[in-house]
Formats: sequence, C-alpha cells, structure tokens
Amino acid sequence: MTKRQLVLEDGATFEGSGFGADTDSTGEVVFNTGMTGYQEALTNPSGCGQIVTMTYPLIGNCGINRDDFETVTPFIHGLVVKEISEHPSNFRSDESLHDYLKANDIPGISGIDTRKLTKHIRKYGTMKAMVTDTFHPTEKLTEMVKNMPDQTDQVKTTSTVKPYVVPGRGKRIVLMDLGMKHSILRELTKRNCHITVVPYDYSAENILRLKPDGIMLTNGPGNPKNVTGPVAMIKSVLGKIPLFGVCLGHQLFALACGADTEKMALGHRGANQPVKDMEKNKTFMTSQNHSYAIVHESLTGTELELTQFSLNDNSVEGIRHKKYPAFSVQYHPEGSPGPEDTLHLFDDFIQMISESKQKENAYA
Amino acid sequence: MPKNTTIEKILVIGSGPIVIGQAAEFDYSGSQACQALKEEGYTVVLANSNPATIMTDVTVADQIYMEPLTIDFLTKIIRKEQPDAVLPTLGGQTALNLAVELEQTGILGEYDTELLGTPLNAIEQAEDREKFRTLMGELNEPVPDSQIVHSVAEAYDFAHDIGYPVIVRPAYTLGGTGGGMCYDERELKEITRNGLALSPVHQCLIEKNIAGFKEIEYEVMRDKHDQAIVVCNMENVDPVGIHTGDSVVVAPSQTLSDRENQLLRNASLKIIRALDIEGGCNVQLALDPDSFTYYVIEVNPRVSRSSALASKATGYPIAKMAAKIAAGFTLDEIINPITGTTYACFEPALDYVVTKIPRFPFDKFVTGNRYLGTQMKATGEIMAIGRTIEESLLKGVRSLDVGAEELWLPNLADAPVEELKNRLIKADDERLFVLAEVFRRELTVEEIWELTKIDRFFLAKIEQLINLETKVSEKRFLPDALIEAKQSGLSDTHIARLWRATVDDIYDLRMDNNIAPVYKMVDTCAAEFESETPYFYSSYEDENESLKSDRKKILVLGSGPIRIGQGIEFDYATVHSVLAIKEMGYEAIIMNNNPETVSTDFSISDKLYFEPLTLEDVMHVINLEQPEGVIVQFGGQTAINLAEGLKRRGVNILGTDMEAIDKAEDRDQFEQLLNDLKLLRPKGKTVPKLDQAEAAAHNIGYPVLVRPSYVIGGSRMEIVYDDDELHQYLAKSNGADNAHPILIDKYITGIEVEVDAISDGETVIVPGVMEHIERAGVHSGDSIAVYPPQRLSETVKQKCMDATEKIARELRVKGLINIQFIIREDDVYVLEVNPRASRTIPFLSKITGVTMANLATRCILGELLSDMGYDSGILSEQDTISVKVPVFSFEKLRSVDTILGPEMKSTGEAIGHDQTLEKALYKGLIAAGLSVPQEGAVLLTVADKDKSESLQIAERFHHLGFQLFATEGTAAYMNKAGIPVTHVGKIGSSEQNVLSVIENGEVQIVVNTLTSGKKPRSDGFMIRRESVEHGIVCMTNLDTAAAILNVIDATTFSAQPMIDRRAVLI
Repeated sequence: MTKRQLVLEDGATFEGSGFGADTDSTGEVVFNTGMTGYQEALTNPSGCGQIVTMTYPLIGNCGINRDDFETVTPFIHGLVVKEISEHPSNFRSDESLHDYLKANDIPGISGIDTRKLTKHIRKYGTMKAMVTDTFHPTEKLTEMVKNMPDQTDQVKTTSTVKPYVVPGRGKRIVLMDLGMKHSILRELTKRNCHITVVPYDYSAENILRLKPDGIMLTNGPGNPKNVTGPVAMIKSVLGKIPLFGVCLGHQLFALACGADTEKMALGHRGANQPVKDMEKNKTFMTSQNHSYAIVHESLTGTELELTQFSLNDNSVEGIRHKKYPAFSVQYHPEGSPGPEDTLHLFDDFIQMISESKQKENAYA
Repeated sequence: MPKNTTIEKILVIGSGPIVIGQAAEFDYSGSQACQALKEEGYTVVLANSNPATIMTDVTVADQIYMEPLTIDFLTKIIRKEQPDAVLPTLGGQTALNLAVELEQTGILGEYDTELLGTPLNAIEQAEDREKFRTLMGELNEPVPDSQIVHSVAEAYDFAHDIGYPVIVRPAYTLGGTGGGMCYDERELKEITRNGLALSPVHQCLIEKNIAGFKEIEYEVMRDKHDQAIVVCNMENVDPVGIHTGDSVVVAPSQTLSDRENQLLRNASLKIIRALDIEGGCNVQLALDPDSFTYYVIEVNPRVSRSSALASKATGYPIAKMAAKIAAGFTLDEIINPITGTTYACFEPALDYVVTKIPRFPFDKFVTGNRYLGTQMKATGEIMAIGRTIEESLLKGVRSLDVGAEELWLPNLADAPVEELKNRLIKADDERLFVLAEVFRRELTVEEIWELTKIDRFFLAKIEQLINLETKVSEKRFLPDALIEAKQSGLSDTHIARLWRATVDDIYDLRMDNNIAPVYKMVDTCAAEFESETPYFYSSYEDENESLKSDRKKILVLGSGPIRIGQGIEFDYATVHSVLAIKEMGYEAIIMNNNPETVSTDFSISDKLYFEPLTLEDVMHVINLEQPEGVIVQFGGQTAINLAEGLKRRGVNILGTDMEAIDKAEDRDQFEQLLNDLKLLRPKGKTVPKLDQAEAAAHNIGYPVLVRPSYVIGGSRMEIVYDDDELHQYLAKSNGADNAHPILIDKYITGIEVEVDAISDGETVIVPGVMEHIERAGVHSGDSIAVYPPQRLSETVKQKCMDATEKIARELRVKGLINIQFIIREDDVYVLEVNPRASRTIPFLSKITGVTMANLATRCILGELLSDMGYDSGILSEQDTISVKVPVFSFEKLRSVDTILGPEMKSTGEAIGHDQTLEKALYKGLIAAGLSVPQEGAVLLTVADKDKSESLQIAERFHHLGFQLFATEGTAAYMNKAGIPVTHVGKIGSSEQNVLSVIENGEVQIVVNTLTSGKKPRSDGFMIRRESVEHGIVCMTNLDTAAAILNVIDATTFSAQPMIDRRAVLI
C-alpha cells in the first residue's frame, strides 16, 4: 500500500495508507458519524466535492452492492477511514470498497486516527483539504490547499441534464433534481406517484406546463446561495403547486420566502440527529448531511414558521409556509442511510396535495 | 413533560441472589435506578435479598428491605410502606415475575399501587410464548415456526411435523434455563420434561431450528410520548443456537449493511411501541445471512444483561434513563449525562469496537457439560474496547483472566485437527481458542465457515491475526514488527512466546522505542460534541485524550469478570474503596473490565480505564497517570496476582506488603509464621512421592484432607477417611513430584469460623465474627454463615481475636485481612489467612454497619484507626441474627455434581435476618430459592460413615410428621433403630426406586451424603442431579439438614402425645 496523507488548510497533516484510486484530490473535509451506510453516504450527491471522514473505524465490511447507491456516479472527492475492510462479507457484496473507489477515481486514505481528525474538525470547523501521495514540502501543499477556490457549481455537476419521467398512476409530482438521492425517488414511486424529474435550472413556466399535483425539491450539495435559478422558480410556483423540500430544497424554499441561510461550523452528518417536530410534539431520529442551515432569526418577518428544530443545537430543521401548502425539512426523511422514522413526511406531502385539491374544488 | 407528581414513594424490586443468567448487571442497573429516582425527589423503598450488592447499601435507597423476594414478603413490605408505585423492570426476570404475581394477588389494587415502566400485559405478551406469537402476528413481524406445548407428547408430535433439530424454550425462565437444542427424540423428551418442570407455568415453546442465522440484538428505549430510540445494536459472533449470554458479542453490528440495520431497527421500534413500554427493552432477532429474511426471537420488556453491556459499550446509562422515564420524564427533556449539553433523545454513535466475551465456570467444574447451547452457562463476562476488531478481541481475551493473554491454549496446540474440527461443530467454552488453533493448522475461512457458520468477516479477522503471528515470529526484536503487532492488539506475553523472550524483554524494547498506547474517550457521539467523560480505553493510535491532572492519585484495580469464587462481593469492596479515596481528597482512578458492575460506571470514580487487568495494561495506565500507588487488595485474586509484577517494575503497592501476601500463600512461610506466633494449625505434611502419602496419613491420623500443591483454592481437594480412599484419590491424580508435591492435612471436624479484620498495622478491629453452619470441609463460600456466632464462647471468640491481632500485626497488614479458623472444643486452629478483601465484606459491612472497605482504604492511605476512635478488639455484637446462605446455579450446569465440598460451587448469596436464628435461617433459605416444606416425605441416602449421625436427623423428621424413604442399607439401619422407613429400590430397579420418587414428586426433601470413591457418575450423583432437575431441596451435608430441621421445627407444630406423668393423688 502506498503512503498517503491528508493535508488540511490550517497546516495539520494526517499520514496513512492509500486505497481506492491513486490520484491526488482536493475538497472540503467533513466527518460523518453514521455507523452503517457508508455506501449510501459516499454516493449521496450532497457530498459533492467533499472529503468524507467516517468516524466509525471499520469501513467496507459489507463491500459494495448493486442496490444501495444513491447516485449512479459518486461525487465525493475522497474517503478517510481508520481501517478499510480487506475481506468484505455480506450476501449482496459485489465488489470491495477499494475496487469501487478505484473504478470511480476517488482516492481513499486509511490508517488515520479519525477520532483525532474529527476532534480537529470539531474544534476548527470544516475546512479545505487535500489527499495526496506527495509529502514534501508541507508548506507548499498547505498553501495549495488554502488557495484552492471554493467550488460553486456542485448542483450543476450533480443535477440531471435533461428531464425524464418515472411513470406512475398516482399523484403527478415534479421532482427538481438538485443533486438527488435515489431514495427520494424510491419513496415517491412507492406511493405510486407519476414523477417527472427535472434539472435544477428548469423554469417555473415549464414546470407549470406539466400541470403537476405537487413539486418536490431534493437534497443537493453546496451553498444554497450559489443556486439562484430554483429560488426564482419557487417564488413563481408558490401557492400554485403544493411544495415539499428537503435538505438543499429546504434551504432554497427558505431563501425564496425571504429568509436567510448560513454556513455552519461543523454541519450535521450522521444517522442519529434528534429533531423535535413541534406540530407532532415528538422528537424523531433523523439522517442528516448538510453544511448550511437557515438562520433562525431570519424567519421573522417572513411568511414562514418554524415547525421543527434540532434538539442538539436548536438549528432550524423544519419550516412551513403560513399561507400556502408548502413545507420543508433540513434532514433526509427518506433515510438511506439512517433511520426511517420520518418517512411519514412523504405521506404528509401527498395528504397536503389532496387537501389543497379539495380546497381548490371547494372554492371553485 | 415533567415528572409524575401523583406518586411519591416507589418500591423498587431487585433481582436477588446472583445466579447464572442474572448477575451483577442488576446491581448496576438497580443502583442507578434507585439513585435516579432519589435525585428526582422520590422516596425509594428497595427490596432485595442480595447483601453483596451496592444496591442494598444504605445510601442507595431510603428504606432497604433485605428480605426474601417472595410474594409473602413483598406483600408485607407493601402493607407496611404503602408505596404509590412499584418499579419491577430493573430487577431482571425475578422482579418482573414478582410484579405479575403481585398484580394477581390483588395487593397492588388494594393499596392503589401503580406499576411503573412496563404494563402488566406487556410483560405477559413478551414472556408468554403464546401471547408473544399472537402479538408478532398482529404486528406482521415474523417468528420462527413454533408451537406451545404443555406436555412431552405434544412436543414430540410437533417436532415430528417440522423435523429436527428443534429448540425448546421454557416460558418465564431466565437465561434460557431448562431450554436447549434437540437433535433427536431422546434429547427432545429429556429437555422438554426438564423445561416443563422449570417453567412456572409449565409451558414450553418448541421452535424451528434457525441455527446459522446471524443473531442481532437491539437495545431500545421509549417514553410515554412514544418517542423511541435504539441505544445500541449488537452482533453475536456466534450465530443463532448459542445463547447470547454465552456468545462472543460485538457492538455495533459489523456485517450489516444499513438496509439490514434499518430493517431490524424498525422491527425493534415497532415492538417496543406495541408493548407500550416506558423504559428499556431488548429485542433479539435472527437474520438470514443470505437474504433479508429475519425472525424476532425474543423480547425482554425490561432492563437486561444486554442493556448493561450496551450502557457500558456506548456510555449511555440505560437504567438511569429507564428509571426517569418510568417516573414520567421524556427522552427529549433528560440531559445526556455524558455530554452535559445534549439530550438523552439521540442514538449513540460509536467510534470504536466493543467485544464482549463470556466467562465460564468450567475451570471449577471440569466434569461439567461444556457444550454451548440455548441455556446460558457463563457466570460473568468481560468487555473490551478497541479501535479495531483485533485490538478489541485480544484485549477481551486478556481480560478473561484465564491465564491466556492470547488466542492460544497449550492443550489445544497438541490436539489432533479432527478433534478440533469436532469442537467447531459442537461449540464449547474454548471456542475462540479452537478457532485460532484451526487457522494455525491452516484450515481456510471457507472450511471453518462450513463447520461453524460464523460470519466470514470474523473468521477472516482471526485468520489475519494468525498470519500476523507467523510474520511477527520471523522478525524477532524488530521494532517495526513490534509496532505492527501492538497495533493489531498482540500482548507482550504473546510476542514473548513468539520471540522466545520474556515479557520484560518485550516491555523494555517497547519502552526504548516509545511504543505505547494512547487513551481515547468514550463519549456517545463519536467526538461530534465536546464531552468530559472520564471514561477511557487504550489504543495504539496518535492522539492521547486522557490528560493527567495535577492532583495526587490512587489507582484501584478491580476484579474482572464474575466467576465462581470471585463474585460481585469484590466489586462491592472496590467501589467502596474508590469512594473512600475520593472522600480523602485524592483522585480515584479505577481499572476494570467487567461491564456488568457498578465499579465500571464512569460516574463512580474520577477516572475509569476500561482495560484488561494484566501487568502490561496496568503499567500503561501507571506510566501515564503516575499515581502515588496502586491498591490491589480489593480486586480479588486477579488484582493480587498482579502485585508481584508491578513491584518488579517499581510500582508502589499500597497497603499490606507483598511479603505478607507471600507469607500467607506460601505454605512453608505460612507454617513458619504460625509457629513463630505460637498458633495452632491442623497437623500437615507435604509429600513429594505418592508412596509416602500413606505413611504421612497414618502419622497424621485419618480423616485427612489431601490436595495437590499446585492448585489454588479448593480445586481437587478431598477429604479421605481411610487407606482405600487415599489410594483411590492418588490413583486419580497425575502423580506427584518434587515440583508438585501432595499436601496432606489433618481434617478436623470442628466449627468453622471466619473473621474479617481491618488493621492499620497497629490497631486491629474485627467488626464481627462469623460461624459456619456446616463443619469444616465445605468451602467457606458454600457454607451458611451466621452472625453473631451462636455456638462460640467468649473465650473462643477472644482467642480468635488474639490470633487475628497477632497475625495482622506480624504481617503488618494495612487494610483488610480474612482468617478462617476451626474450633474444636476450646482450641482455635488457623486454617487459612488472606491478607485482602474477602467475599464476606459486603455481608459483614451491612449487618454490622461498619463500612469496612472504606475504613480499610483509609488505613491503606495512612490514617489510623485510633484516630477514628477505634481500639483493637471485636466490635460489639448486634442484637439481630443474620445468615448468609449460598446460592447455586446447578439447574443451568448439567453434569455438575451438586455435592458440597472443599471446592466452591456457589454463584451468589442471599441474606436472612431476624430475631432468632431459626427465623433468620428460614428467610435466608427462602431468599436463596429453597423451599422449606412443612410436611411431606424425605429421601435419605447416606454414606456408611454418616449413618449413626443421620439417625438423629431421621428421627427428627419422623417426629415432625415426615414420611421417610431410604435405600436398602439406610432403611435397614433406621428400621433397626426403630424409625419407620419405607424402603425404595436402587436406580434402575423397576419397583419404586430412589429416582422415581424424586421424579414423581413423592419426596420434598433429599438428604444425600457422599459415598466414598467419588465416581463422577455414581448413583449418588444421579440422585443429586435428579433433585436439581426437579427443583427438590437436596442437602449433601448433615449440618445443613440439621439446620433446616431446626427451621421446620420452629415453623411447624408436631403432634405430641401426653407424657405419662404419675398423678399425684391426695
């Protein structure tokens, strides 16, 4: 195994062994605390441009299977682990994590004291980093990492280029792909929806032409403020089509309604994030993966109300439009990886569509 | 939602004495629960008959009833205390079953007492096999094909339909008692009959065999708002078929993809919701390794052994949270005590691997049935934490304290591979070692998987370790190889074996090259949040998180896994020592590896190192922490055994000197010591050659106590009465030589007395003297102890005191010392001296009110007893009488002889205390789970040497109206003496025979003493085992029988004819 290191923009370095692809790579280093679901986590398009550190030390135990991808091609820029499994064992395993990353040109680094790295990130925040087989000189590498430009086009990178249809006989949903996880699609098809997946820059006009019953905004990578198109679209369709947003979709919904977003120091990445649903007066375990959040105070003066918040840090986890049928959550109700305790939100969405139809009919 | 204010007083039911399947974990959870409730301002009333626990310490609850855990006594407590609520979910199966019974008697309704935690119907739904299956059906959760049976015939029919093998699971028994896998009709009949007898509702489940499935457990919590979380999931390395208590278990699961994990998580949450549990629950599931097919195997609607393990594995204190939830709090309003900033409503994220390995009692029960199945056999367990499977697993092996610091046993190294393969097919207690050995014989992962169905992931890990072993052994003394070996968890002892060097060589090489572990924190959140938990484990990694403070520190070594001879009593003493150290202003640091106990609760000490207790691991902590010294005298033999090595490496052992330990343990030095002090000891001789044994025995005079010198404790010790028996004994032993001579001691039949003293080197105080009911010859741990002594004169007591003082002073004991005496007439013989904490410390501390381990710790750290107001002597005796009654787990250990002798066999103890000895004994016996029949029949089968003595016993039973049965010899003897005895045939005879009367329930008491020869499968053995299988009291010692007679006598009325008096006529 080759020696490989992780260089952080603040000069910290972590030495380990290389696996996966033999390439250098740069990105934003983050950590994920999920103990299962590395395949889903590393294929989540929200991770686009990130070097993902898994805090659980043994990764790759179940190999990679054909079923659990969240995207066709992974978008992460690196994977950092304590130990990569050399002998994956699971009935669905088709190949090793090492082979998969190699085939997808993603470098991995193992043998890292990932707890030390996690604590470092916790203390100094997520930062830019580089996975490299080059060791000298460190100062130069650090300088390179520091000067790395911030990526702003992740949504464009991950979104579908053309719209496509996943037919069904139920509600007609437009699903805006901002870097969509396949599981969102799965949850909608499970509910018999007729789904038209559209690219992130699809216009409101085109969407309305499809005469959908509802619109759903998916998760996606990066800073919501880099994605202006959908904000304008949301503004136009709001009140006309019931809307449900998750993750980046949630942030864009907030921006469209006049609220603000900010970058978090650490972000939330893991499968154990408690969220209090104020409407249900209940706390749920949720799966999360985000670096940005809605500024709580910015909800004041908008037509949005807070419906859910994080039990850990009180950050905004759910909002609802006071007038129109539209709501969103910061987390991944579809799980994969992580708990499936909030799958009911998809039902709530369908329910909201039905109710708003009834209302329309009543006033028609 | 704040706490429930409609209740003020809560009765917490404990789990009683320790038996296999219900051990120290309930002391941990019970103590936590009581404290949590007290914290919230409730008045806590506790019922628990186990004196060895922290839970029954006065500070834990407001009122403590150390009374038998029976409906009668609980009813009395309820009438007296009138609690508003009962919390039964933290006292194991015992408490849960009692709750069901209490409800049925109507007493709870009568006093308007609410049941907290788990609703009654949930207990029934989870425990009653029929209702459980119905509920699973409603929930659409799959269970293996099964049928409830109430008779052997029904079982036979069903098994015939679904095909063998099948599993038998008796209803409402703990630790799988009475259950098992049956491969054929004969086994099915035997196990079902046994299971039906042991099930309180005479119900068994016959279940389709799903052996080979992965066994996964989920620890789930739920509150009254229906918020539910999974604290931890765990994967059994051994697939379904071996009881989870006997399996190697890892946490979190290793071979599950997220989809499988969520599938089982969803099922577990669905179940806890359906059962409407407010608190903790354990769900066991079986998952097909080749599909998503799964089955729900079992649900424990309460805090369990697994939840104690999960608490220690994650840092999430399940019992504490369960108690708060039961009191009305919700998960999202309870602060997570680990982070102090987040809430209890989250699922812990681990960034390490936890391994649990069971500790079996077969070092004591060499003839026991060592196969592992669905009935639990382990007495305890260890837990190890590492950053890799290898590190975690090998730390676990070291923690077992079985003399192996690696996956290598010398006896396996010589075994033929075919034998090893057979041992893979039918697993036994040495499974892990066998697995390692077959890889050394170059079997492949596939071959071993075929035989064991252990997931290839785990097999590959062991294979890698064996490969590494080869690689390392070829690189002698190379630092690079050393680093790799240490990172993979190899111990210094292991490397020393591979390199044919000493442990000190390896240790020195490591120190020279700076190869030492760092310590990582257990924080429930994988470092996502800052936390300050003082809970650490070692790993060969970069960053050390355990920062040394400026305070003066004392390191206390714990006692490791619970095993026969080293039980929870030592944890009790350890905890008290830690608390005393804190009181004295030092930083108290503890090292231990038992996940079940209170001492490994991170809130007890200032710092907890969850580590193996080996020289290597202890040195690492000492090197980091630089404590003032180490206290070894509370951690049983485990800690004491480390003293020598620690001293060699320059560590300051606090308290009694090493030399004193040697003087007490080395026979020659011990003899010298007693001679110097002019104290009596039974006459004895050490003989290096077998043929000298007879002469020595003659010289000493029969009966004599013989034992090989190289075994410690009571193992292989026997009392022999004549030349024949001596020869039989010698024939069995492997022969003596100069290195391993045979010890022959005079066996004195006197009263055995036990003294625990505290000494500061000058003043020696004895809080209490205890007298044993059984004469010498029965291990002190298996005897009924009585305080205060009933048969000793003041002179004798004073003699014991004087001897204790002399010995303690001569050995310059600082701390505790335990001495066992034999009293014959007025002579006091010293039998054994242990300069350390003993098994009786908690019992004695509680009944005398003297916190012995606390005082001892103060003495160890230099305080003087005189300054605390004590003078040398026996402290004044209490008015009430207390007895400590041993509790055995024989129902769970097939093929283990129940006869009491010099070798300890009990797993726990119960207390009985009252105004008179008989009342105290009655309570003690009941608390120990024995029934004291008031009428019925007695079967007597006694050895010739005991016949005359047993006459008295027979006469008294007769007098009390019991019918007597006896075998030919005994019957003739009794009849001759004028006692009517019914003669029963020998085993195998078609008429009414000794076994049939037990089997058919015709007798309620069996008195059986050992016939000479001790063939492991003698008739006596079968009688004793038959009694155990049928839950009939079987006394193997005439003193115990006499004591029970006294109790029966005191609690019943006998029919007495008028004494013929001469009338006085005026």
